[in-house]
Amino acid sequence: MSTVAAGEEGVMAAGLGRRLAREVASWSVTLKLGAVLLALIALAALMAPWIAPFDPEAQDYDAILLPPGGVHLFGTDNVGRDIFSRVLYAARLDLSAGFALTFVPMIYGVLIGAYAGYRGGLVDAVVGGIANVAIAFPFLVMIVVVVAVIGPGIDAIYISVFLLAWTMYARLARADMMVERAKDYMLAARVLGFSTTRIVLRHGLPNVVGSSLVFAMSDFVLNILLLSGLSFIGLGIQPPTPEWGAMIAEGKEFILEAWWISTLPGLAVVLTGTALSLIGDGLARRFSDRHGGPA
Amino acid sequence: MQALRYILLRLLGTLPVLIGVTLFTFLAIQFVPGDPVRIMTHGRLGDAEVEAIYERLGMNRPLAVQYGSFLVNAATGDLGESIIQNAPVADLVAEKVTPTLWLLGMGTLLSVLIALPLALFAAARPDSAFDHAVRAAGMLGFAMPPFWIGLLLIVTFGLELGWLPISGFGAGWWGHVVHMILPGLTIAFFLAPILVQSLRASLLDALAADHIEVARARGIPEWRIYLKHALRNALLPTLTVLAVNVSWLVSGAVVIESVFALPGLGSLLVRSVGYRDYPLIQGLALVFAVIVVAINLVADLSYGLVDRRVLRKLP
Repeated sequence: MSTVAAGEEGVMAAGLGRRLAREVASWSVTLKLGAVLLALIALAALMAPWIAPFDPEAQDYDAILLPPGGVHLFGTDNVGRDIFSRVLYAARLDLSAGFALTFVPMIYGVLIGAYAGYRGGLVDAVVGGIANVAIAFPFLVMIVVVVAVIGPGIDAIYISVFLLAWTMYARLARADMMVERAKDYMLAARVLGFSTTRIVLRHGLPNVVGSSLVFAMSDFVLNILLLSGLSFIGLGIQPPTPEWGAMIAEGKEFILEAWWISTLPGLAVVLTGTALSLIGDGLARRFSDRHGGPA
Repeated sequence: MQALRYILLRLLGTLPVLIGVTLFTFLAIQFVPGDPVRIMTHGRLGDAEVEAIYERLGMNRPLAVQYGSFLVNAATGDLGESIIQNAPVADLVAEKVTPTLWLLGMGTLLSVLIALPLALFAAARPDSAFDHAVRAAGMLGFAMPPFWIGLLLIVTFGLELGWLPISGFGAGWWGHVVHMILPGLTIAFFLAPILVQSLRASLLDALAADHIEVARARGIPEWRIYLKHALRNALLPTLTVLAVNVSWLVSGAVVIESVFALPGLGSLLVRSVGYRDYPLIQGLALVFAVIVVAINLVADLSYGLVDRRVLRKLP
């Protein structure tokens, strides 16, 4: 019995592997490039405690403002901290915060939007109204208001983004769902007497999540820029915790004598953002192929 | 008549946004732990004096009454009073609003000037090397932190080459223009890629339309078809994209003002957070919302006035 089960599992695993290989093979160049780049950055962030040659917060007054090269790959800052180690540790913070700020609101935003688009009526009018109002909110100003109340730090960013950012996803999912609702397969599901929950989640959702995924890639970039921007003006992550934007601010005064302190964390943001944009571009093509091409 | 009705409907449509922003700010400030007046005055005042400030600002009234009177006062241009700076919020705002508007205007202008030719050439030969190069450059520009670009521009064009001023607002309108070039370029780094992308897409759509074929068949030169027929139709969707991104543009302006030490509303906002000047923060949030809404409104109205079909779809 157990050998049969193991055999079946093996066949299933092989099938899954083949499906995965076929899926990857169909990716555009931009999608592949972006995925590899992002995987490398994420791996470096994950492995930071093992890769980083120095403690990111350890000061060394014998190694102040050293240019890149030698033991200090990216040089050192004005108190002798190793920039390379700090950039690596900052990647952990920026990537995980950017991920949460993007995908947590996406989950309930898509659900709310899909449900509103399917149900129509009052629910839809309320969700649509809120989404239309929230899109005109000066986002950063709202975060600054929350910072003024609870003090600087990442919590203020989480609170404001979780309160407001879902509306963009709700908008996208709602618009797509209004189109899907009228299609034959949805009608068939209704005629079969499936519950609304089942129709929205199992039948509708897979077809409306695409535009949100594409948008999520730009949103991810914008959220990293948001976190680093707020840290840069002193309202986000506080020193000495390494964060890309905060590091750029720390090097501002020394930019002429030690360009590397500000420039290299900035390049880390550019690299991460480009990887995400490449993935977004590839996903957009992938979804438009699927919808536009022959079934 | 129809145009007037359109304008009125649009104006009414901005009210929920303004109410939403003020309500968000108003409610957020209720969550300030402890006593806001004592925090604002750093505990230097006695009980009687604190009580007097509460009385003067009307902060001992019920919440709904406070919010209502804030709205009524705001509608008449009275945004309350900054306790710390001992001045009306409206005056403080009026003092700082010009640099911010210059920054937004210059940023948008430079973005359009950069985006327009790039999109035109990219759409002329889709999938050419130039098209791909523009797209790649766009991805890079979009991923660059604006404050980082600002720093690099300061170092390159301000400090190393010495061509342009790197901080402040300058004097006289020419001084303002010169001082706004680097901050405006900083905005263009993230705004122009968005514009290029949408303008290119709508140009390709416009070029695929039937009337373009007709124009070609009539022997109208290609460059005229481009500039007169396609561009006109492609500009409208771009206007919408520009308007949708206004809230990001304004957010970017807050950070960019700090990089270039511009004495604008963004710098004032960041400073008011440092002082925990709640009446000023509340007033500034409303002013920023008004700026976003006003730009959206202008885009909407020009859309409606350029494309009369929008008017006919009115309820």
